[in-house]
Amino acid sequence: MVEYIFYALSVICIACALLVVFSKNPIHSVLYLILAFFAIAGHYVLLNAQFLAVVHIIVYAGAIMVLFLFVIMLLNLNAETEPHKNMLTKIMATVSGGLLLVTLVGSFRAAGQVEMVNLDNSNIGTIENLGKVLFNDFLLPFEISSVLFLSAMIGAVILGKKQLS
Amino acid sequence: MGIELLIFKSILVLVVFTITLTIAAYSTYGERKIAAFLQDRIGPNRAGPFGIFQPVADGGKMFLKEEIIPADASAFLFVLGPSLAMLTALMTGVVIPWGDTLTLNGVEYSLQITDLNIGVLYIFGVVSFGVYGIMIGGWSSNNKFSLLGAIRASAQMISYELAMGLSIVALIMTTGTLSIKEIVDQQATWHWNILYQPLGFLIFMICAFAECNRAPFDLAECETELVGGYHTEYSSMKLGFYLFAEYINMFISSALMASLYFGGYNFPFMNSLGLDQNMVTILGTVVFFGKVFFFIFFFMWIRWTIPRFRYDQLMRLGWQSLIPLAILNILLTGIFTMREELKNWLFN
Repeated sequence: MVEYIFYALSVICIACALLVVFSKNPIHSVLYLILAFFAIAGHYVLLNAQFLAVVHIIVYAGAIMVLFLFVIMLLNLNAETEPHKNMLTKIMATVSGGLLLVTLVGSFRAAGQVEMVNLDNSNIGTIENLGKVLFNDFLLPFEISSVLFLSAMIGAVILGKKQLS
Repeated sequence: MGIELLIFKSILVLVVFTITLTIAAYSTYGERKIAAFLQDRIGPNRAGPFGIFQPVADGGKMFLKEEIIPADASAFLFVLGPSLAMLTALMTGVVIPWGDTLTLNGVEYSLQITDLNIGVLYIFGVVSFGVYGIMIGGWSSNNKFSLLGAIRASAQMISYELAMGLSIVALIMTTGTLSIKEIVDQQATWHWNILYQPLGFLIFMICAFAECNRAPFDLAECETELVGGYHTEYSSMKLGFYLFAEYINMFISSALMASLYFGGYNFPFMNSLGLDQNMVTILGTVVFFGKVFFFIFFFMWIRWTIPRFRYDQLMRLGWQSLIPLAILNILLTGIFTMREELKNWLFN
């Protein structure tokens, strides 16, 4: 049962990810990306990490993608107004994308087969356990990442202020 | 899961669905009657005694009207918009505890469809997803007024989601759980969260008004400036879905306010009446719906009392008043919960 759900979610996820790249209309791309995020959230639920799943939905589907849609709608991008790049840019983009693919494949091959681990505690993904792990074992990285967020927020505010004056 | 539990839960889902739709339908009637009362009019009184069949007549009219999809609109997304609005409005009802447990044939059944251990976050996720119904509908209409209305509505919803989330953070700090059922159970015998989180409740309520696009925050459908708002191009039941989703959202946010801050199905002296558990549960559900109806009335009362904000006032209230207040509330709650530790640390 779980295996079938896993495969169904994976197929949805990969199909949506491909449609993000291939659809002509940027709005459709964003909507497919949202579907892909939902499939990934489904994977989190299968791994018994409901907290991660719901935070994934809130942050990515609920906040970041809304801003994406906003920008695209305001810029009114569509198939007719899409700027056409010349041949050289297209070739360069293809080559650099291919190189990235080669690097990724190479690094995955070097990493070798990942062993499946059966966890002793099946509730590892619940919010209580996650909080304990974050605030006991990974306190410093957690706090440093929050400082990173804070600096990003301050940066955004300063950029916004500059535009006003 | 036993087959009896499955049957019970299926019936419960259907009952909650029916009740939600009925209450949403009769909210439209209630709104017009309350508006009439506040403005010293009679209100709808033609369909049936006291106009009681008005929602049925309105619904029938919606279904029978001509359905138009604009030629330049993208048809699939145009239909998807109202469907998403309706879907997200109906999804939140599953985690709200409508009552305590019923014992039938020696088996206990909970009157909550599912008790997620992340219930509060689930609601927040669904609410944040609710923006898409409006954005997709407004954009796919291919009309400038619809797009402007959609952008207005979604900018407002995103802004007020932040303050709403922050006000819930303070509530979670005092309750120590994300399960709504546990939050309600903690409020038995007058430990209502409103007494511990008055500021948090005020912020939550204002944000709930803004999230439902209700007056005084109904800028999404400002007739004088936007023709009709994000649903300008909609007709027939697709328009009905948008309007209906608003009433369902109002019902669900009333239920949330009642269960998070006003004790949910708990009522005074519930354990000293000497009734058996089933009776107490049924009474509790009745009391819960009483609280919900009070909040729905409050929503309508406010709508016919306070005029609409200007858009810059709305944004200033959200970003410059509510969010700092919510953060202050979190800080005060933190100091209050850690007061013993702080005292030891300061004076020893």
